[in-house]
Amino acid sequence: MRAIVVALMLVFCVQAAQAIDAGPAFEDPALQARYERLGRELRCLQCRSETIFDSNASLAVDLRRQLRELIAEGKSDDEIMQYMTDRYSDYVRYKPPLAPRTVLLWAAPILLVLGGVGVAITVILRKSRLPEDDPVDPGLGAS
Amino acid sequence: MWRYLLPVGIFGVLIAFFFAGLGRDKQTLPSPLIGKPAPEWSLPRLDDPTQVISSKDLAGQKYVVNVWGPWCVGCQVEHPELMKIASRKAVPMIGLTVPQGALVDKQGEPLPLEDVWSEMQLGLRWLRELGDPYDVSVFDQLWKTAIDLGVYGAPETFLIDEHGTVIHKHTGPIDMAAWERDFLPKIAPSRSTGG
Repeated sequence: MRAIVVALMLVFCVQAAQAIDAGPAFEDPALQARYERLGRELRCLQCRSETIFDSNASLAVDLRRQLRELIAEGKSDDEIMQYMTDRYSDYVRYKPPLAPRTVLLWAAPILLVLGGVGVAITVILRKSRLPEDDPVDPGLGAS
Repeated sequence: MWRYLLPVGIFGVLIAFFFAGLGRDKQTLPSPLIGKPAPEWSLPRLDDPTQVISSKDLAGQKYVVNVWGPWCVGCQVEHPELMKIASRKAVPMIGLTVPQGALVDKQGEPLPLEDVWSEMQLGLRWLRELGDPYDVSVFDQLWKTAIDLGVYGAPETFLIDEHGTVIHKHTGPIDMAAWERDFLPKIAPSRSTGG
């Protein structure tokens, strides 16, 4: 029984490692790593919430093929991203570029955390100024 | 007082945001190609792959490129409208026929013509049986030109001007209303669009 479970787990591990292509696209592990990293940064525009590395939509298959060709031609990461955004706009990138119109998007997490910390500090300070013998709700303590 | 109004105010702002978002079309993406030179292409004719048509053959005039495939449901929806649009003969219409995905073998190499021919026949049969709105049809076996045009789902329709600049793109099935509203004014800016 245990052997079967282990075997099944191994099977799933293999699928996760190989991802979507039938086999590695490049023999050179460095190129393969680049291919996988870039494939995970590019959005499949047919199935908006997946990267081209997660999707088997025909456009994702074709863009992966295009990506392999561009890498094989020796294009740099920037050149490849430029190639994609020239055709599919910034929407194709999962990581939007830092530009004036995306500043709010990038700053939002920091602003939200700062806002939350501000609210927390105000609440804690106000509570700590309350008298120690804060009357407890009589309904709770009575058991 | 304000500590009760503040949450209501924030709620109101959120609702306004969401309400504005409701009306937005999130399916149609803006094309980065508008106002830029159209990609150059050179593709075999659908009806005679020994002949090659290229974007240079069409230079110096306005023309429409309609990206479609016989597998594509939206193209079936669009087809009767495309026939009506073509009958007006405003500009040459180029049919860029694409397969559902690039026709390549397992190594990613292009399949030879004899293996691609059956796919092209599907397109030709469609045009024979339903009518051919195109002045010429070309076949993009590898999706090369389609990707250069930023196609993410057929049908898509591009309007290209005399200088080879993309001046309009319509995503999804086109109809007479969209043609008269978005294309005709750009095809003949000086004339009235009443035609």
